[in-house]
Amino acid sequence: MKQRKFQPPCSKLTFKVLSERDIVKIHEAALEVMEEAGVRFPSSRALDVLEEAGCSVNRETMVAKLPSDLVIKTLRQAPTRFLLAGRDSKDDLWIDDRTSHLSTDGCAVDVYDINTGKLRRSKKQDIVNACKLADYLPEISYIWGPPVSAQDIPAHIRPLHEIEASMNGTTMHIQPETVITHEIAHFALEMAAVVAGGKEKLRRRPLFSYMQCATDPLGQDGGSLDASMVAAEWGIPTGFMPMPMSCATAPATLAGNLVVTTVDAVSPLVLMQLVNPGTPVYFAAAPTAIDIKTGGYTGGGPEDFLLAAAFSEICHFYQIPLAVGGFATGAKLPDWQAAVDNSFAGLMPVLTNTSIINGAGTLNGSKIFSLQALIMDAEIYSIIAKTSQGIEVNDDTLAVDLIKKVGPGGNFLADKHTRKCMRDIWQPVVYDRKPYGQWEESGRRGAFEEATELARWVIENHEVEPLEEGVKKEFAAIIKRADQELGK
Amino acid sequence: MEKDKLLEEMRTAVIEGEIEEGEALARQALEAGFDPLECIESGFVAGINKVGALYEEGDMFLPELVAAGEVMKEALAVLEPELLKSKQSRTILGKVIIGSVAHDIHDIGKDIVASMLTASGFEVHNLGIDVPCDTFVARVRELKPDILGMSALLTTTMPEQRNVIEILEEEGLRKGVKVMVGGAPVNKEWAEAIGADGFAEDAVEAVKVAKSLVGGQ
Repeated sequence: MKQRKFQPPCSKLTFKVLSERDIVKIHEAALEVMEEAGVRFPSSRALDVLEEAGCSVNRETMVAKLPSDLVIKTLRQAPTRFLLAGRDSKDDLWIDDRTSHLSTDGCAVDVYDINTGKLRRSKKQDIVNACKLADYLPEISYIWGPPVSAQDIPAHIRPLHEIEASMNGTTMHIQPETVITHEIAHFALEMAAVVAGGKEKLRRRPLFSYMQCATDPLGQDGGSLDASMVAAEWGIPTGFMPMPMSCATAPATLAGNLVVTTVDAVSPLVLMQLVNPGTPVYFAAAPTAIDIKTGGYTGGGPEDFLLAAAFSEICHFYQIPLAVGGFATGAKLPDWQAAVDNSFAGLMPVLTNTSIINGAGTLNGSKIFSLQALIMDAEIYSIIAKTSQGIEVNDDTLAVDLIKKVGPGGNFLADKHTRKCMRDIWQPVVYDRKPYGQWEESGRRGAFEEATELARWVIENHEVEPLEEGVKKEFAAIIKRADQELGK
Repeated sequence: MEKDKLLEEMRTAVIEGEIEEGEALARQALEAGFDPLECIESGFVAGINKVGALYEEGDMFLPELVAAGEVMKEALAVLEPELLKSKQSRTILGKVIIGSVAHDIHDIGKDIVASMLTASGFEVHNLGIDVPCDTFVARVRELKPDILGMSALLTTTMPEQRNVIEILEEEGLRKGVKVMVGGAPVNKEWAEAIGADGFAEDAVEAVKVAKSLVGGQ
């Protein structure tokens, strides 16, 4: 099958949720909250660093109050552009705050089995397959995740197996979210250093970056903080993902939610810049609202779409790249609801030039992974990317001479201009555009069936450059050591 | 104040989720010498029942249920000691211990379940987050609850639910308590595999399951 080309979108359309004044108001509100209420950093090391920098620290509650001038100073130290390197340099991504990259989602616990169609618990091999498919799909820029949890592996070494499985499936950049303790972070970085060819080379070409979750509202997770301080020393990019849910972990009002999101994204950045000034830290966020009927996570809906776009605008104000959660539909199947959710959740961040959109391939609020959904999400993204290019208006595109030449009642079908420009018109991969009769004859095959066939083909045929034998051996040795040390 | 008017205000406080108001009304009732049991049952519980009915009809939402539970909890803190003095007891559906398992720091879902159980008439002991296995076991031994509820949000902390069940088994405590599990990665198969008695995907369902578990005892 011919490999398609895809250019990650850098939207030419403009779209705004917040006014400049709104953004400044939210920024000032966040500063006030960080200075007066403070943020919980449940790590004694983190509190030491913050106290030394002039924050007032309460050791009992583990809350640090961050002075506004410190926040503003450290925000300036974070780079506005950084590299997420691939195992293969053709997969390198320069993250700026204009171009939008789509990643897989992490970290689902169930999968729809591609052969049986049935729901089952995820395993290590599912990570390899998911990464392989992501590697094949040009719309997917890197692996956030792992896409699913390797639940057939003992918990204490699971994150390391997940990294190994991801690397077996792709040469793209890998951003694990399951490395959430100090100890595991060291082992994980050792693995990355083996592939990069040493610690120094890894610093220059980070094959790895981390994504840590915040504990909203106004809090971070201790293990994650410790893991990211290790990352900062190694020069590995880290993002912190607040996920405030309006009505539960954030005010019901979306503006209030944005204040909490800003505090929980900015406050760990302050810490990281203090640990290692200039270390790449990006913002991440998946702000949402609860389902007020059940209290559950929704994974979509208009609040999510607005919050994502608005927080993206706030991040442009800070000139720090943002990874936003999207494509995390609450639908149980890749159906109408999934398409509605994921179209909006992809479009809004692209139109606001968000750097990274995390989340392709899952259903049921990131709990179920589906290979078909990954393909269908990639297709949605390619529609969005094309749409975001807008319409170029110049003499050539106006084609006035051509229109006059063809004249009333003529057609443009075989004209040279048509043949030259027609390849700019979007082409589907799984979208169904068959005439009705052919659709009937095909056994009513739609996008899902096409995606199933493609997924099977890719798993069977797509070749990914394997890890070198030496690397595999060193991985095994590191994992063995981790097992002995952490498995007690 | 007349008793009927006070009871009416108690019901309103629950429906409107006015925590301080509910507490003040409970104190007022005691000062006036009203029967605490009647206040609980015809006042606060009646309010809770109304909230439940409005929720079922789609006119009220989960945050209002949680607030009603909070009103109930604070009012009970005032009224229950008096109830005990008069050697009376309110009807409770059952005693519940709830907490997030060791190494799991996620509390909101578990707290919603705790509030909803309180609102539904359970006596709830919320042990908080990152609760070590030994603590769960010790509190089960001490409080002899009808239900033990354990929450886990991560696949890496989920096995703790099994550990606790196994230790309860070893200590001979398992038979005396029904175990419920929940949390994002938890599903029915897992609950069955580790020998839990109940599992729910959200707080509303959790209450239903808890009720059926104590009903079946």
